[in-house]
Amino acid sequence: MLKRKDILGIRDLTAEEILGILETAREMKEKIENKKAREKSLKNFSIVTLFYENSTRTKMSFALAGEYLGADVSDLGVATSSVNKGESLVDTGITLDQMGIDIMVIRHSMSGAANVLARNVKASVINAGDGVNEHPTQALLDLYTIYEKKKSFKDLKVAIIGDIIHSRVARSNVFGLTKLGANVVVGGPSTLISKNMEYLGAKVTMDIKEALKDADIVMGLRIQMERQKGGLFPDLREYRDLFGINEEMMKYAKLDALLMHPGPVNRGIELSTEIIDGSQSVINEQVKNGVAVRMALLHLLAEGRKNNEDIDSKWTHTRSFIQNRWDQRYIG
Amino acid sequence: MKILIQNGRILDPSSKTDGIKDILVENGIIAAVEENISASADQIIDAKGYWVAPGLIDVHVHLREPGYEYKETIKTGSRAAAKGGFTTICCMPNTNPVVDNEILVEYIKMKAEREAIVNVLPIGSITKGQKGEELANIGKMAEAGICAISEDGKTVMNAGLLKKAMKYASMFNLPVLSHCEDITLVGGGVMNAGEMSERLGMKGIGADAEEVIVARDIILARNTGVKLHICHISTAGSVQLVREAKLRGEYVSAEVCPHHFSLTDEAVEGYDANTKMNPPLRSAKDVKSLKEGLKDHTIDIIATDHAPHHIDEKNCEYDRAAFGIVGLETALPLSITHLVEENILTPLELIEKMSTNPAKLLGIDKGSLQVGKTADITIIDPDETYEIDVNSFASKSKNSPFHGYRVKGKVKYTIVGGKMVFNNGELI
Repeated sequence: MLKRKDILGIRDLTAEEILGILETAREMKEKIENKKAREKSLKNFSIVTLFYENSTRTKMSFALAGEYLGADVSDLGVATSSVNKGESLVDTGITLDQMGIDIMVIRHSMSGAANVLARNVKASVINAGDGVNEHPTQALLDLYTIYEKKKSFKDLKVAIIGDIIHSRVARSNVFGLTKLGANVVVGGPSTLISKNMEYLGAKVTMDIKEALKDADIVMGLRIQMERQKGGLFPDLREYRDLFGINEEMMKYAKLDALLMHPGPVNRGIELSTEIIDGSQSVINEQVKNGVAVRMALLHLLAEGRKNNEDIDSKWTHTRSFIQNRWDQRYIG
Repeated sequence: MKILIQNGRILDPSSKTDGIKDILVENGIIAAVEENISASADQIIDAKGYWVAPGLIDVHVHLREPGYEYKETIKTGSRAAAKGGFTTICCMPNTNPVVDNEILVEYIKMKAEREAIVNVLPIGSITKGQKGEELANIGKMAEAGICAISEDGKTVMNAGLLKKAMKYASMFNLPVLSHCEDITLVGGGVMNAGEMSERLGMKGIGADAEEVIVARDIILARNTGVKLHICHISTAGSVQLVREAKLRGEYVSAEVCPHHFSLTDEAVEGYDANTKMNPPLRSAKDVKSLKEGLKDHTIDIIATDHAPHHIDEKNCEYDRAAFGIVGLETALPLSITHLVEENILTPLELIEKMSTNPAKLLGIDKGSLQVGKTADITIIDPDETYEIDVNSFASKSKNSPFHGYRVKGKVKYTIVGGKMVFNNGELI
């Protein structure tokens, strides 16, 4: 059970909490393929997904995770909802709260949006990706995949390559991996990486070979075309030739290194097709583990709500703030 | 109306006075400043243990009227000012419509005359509609009574146009209050660029965005004869640029806001948009430099950049939230807590930066407690310790990161032109 109302980022979680989630995910993974093992621990729980940014796998993954545990899952089709009429995030959240939603899963283009929602609603909030801040469930599924294959994080070298500056996945992974004892190196062109990442405990390099050398894990990141308006590198051809990972580059990593990617992949740009489909790739396994990890989180948060124990919210004024806001709105 | 203030610690930077005396106010004028004045009066204030200072002057306030009256009005803003010990406030022109002609200047003056309880001096914009394309009616606005020109909230990015504005404004002896922010370097940033923005995953605004324009404006101001004033300075590099300009003998002054020396960007943790301001809260190193700049008088003025916003503009996604915080009612206690208590400034130096120096910049006959001067007076209890409560603010907006923040120093009385407007904790 998690003694917290919301899952907003890996930055806030302790190493013990992360390992607890991974252990629960191990139990949950069995239920994905074995229908008989699916207990309906979330019966009568209502979950809503609010995706202000497009997503297929994360939204689907949450929906299935909820359904496998017996919860009622609905999606607020943001494009067709009152959001389109200009309703604010806070008002949308308060409205859903009134309808008795237990868990809200939010993806948003702005950093901190999940925190704002969490501060304003009684429901538990799970951050499914906010701006360039965090993507905690993706990081947890990455951690789970590594944990499953490598059994321990201690002294592993994890190389994360690509568009670091726009990657909430990279940031969440750096927070998680360093907490669990791994060494993280981030590499990419200087315009797509910030030296400030060193404050988070990662080593920063523009030399991809150095980043890959003796790595246990190689994690590629998607070049986010939609965020490249500023002309941060000349063109995709140059990017592929200088910073793309192919079979030749993978030779710098350890022989048993795992190749990971949060998807969707731009084939032939950040990763070559040969290695995406190669023996070291665990990219498809990551997708399955994503459902298991999300099941674990939904289960753990729901347990906390069922037991109605004093769930911890990082911002102590949350409760009184929500109450005041409700009083103003509904009492006058 | 006669007011006798007894046994207060008189802090008058204009005469370098710091001592226990009485002050007699008669017909709106300071009639006497002496030890043991024995005179009958309509109101006698026992100011023992209090500071008695020339009324505070804020050169940087947003009153939001006309156009955004749901955030603040001239009336409510002036009441917040009185509560904060300010007797004169200068209101920025980024209203809707923008104050870029004499008609709007007259409108603000008329509204202030009717509804304000402190002196309100309008500031005109530099360009028409703050569009940065052509000069506003600076001369006509000067005739109508503006105290300065500024494009606050925006920077005049066209250097040639700004240089013309500086030359033109110098004819009317108007200071140019410069908002320094190169918009091409801001790049959608919402907080200080650095360790904290990296931790929080937020787009940062580097120090270079401010410093490039500080340097440019200092260079442009040379040989134009203008009084250049750098608004809300926030980085160590900006402080150094101003310091060097002053050492070269160039005319430049600078202001700092209390939030910039009271908080660092660590306050942004939690994504509470009440910590979102422009320029952003900076690093501990910058805060140290700002304090050094205050101490060695590189920074001449403390101003609030009072920027009221509605709760819905702050209780939202950080990226979407409005920049700015209210400041009129917290400026003095924050300054006492972080500057006087930390021995950065003496009480007399603090009052100089909050009253006498602003008056000098504006070229107005205020900021002094000498006999014959207009009786704008602020009386402060420097020892009262309390928690800031935004719900007690007279301002229409409550957007402050200082709710629940423990401070020292409270305004007790504010007298404007001999009239008591804030009387022992009560607005009149």
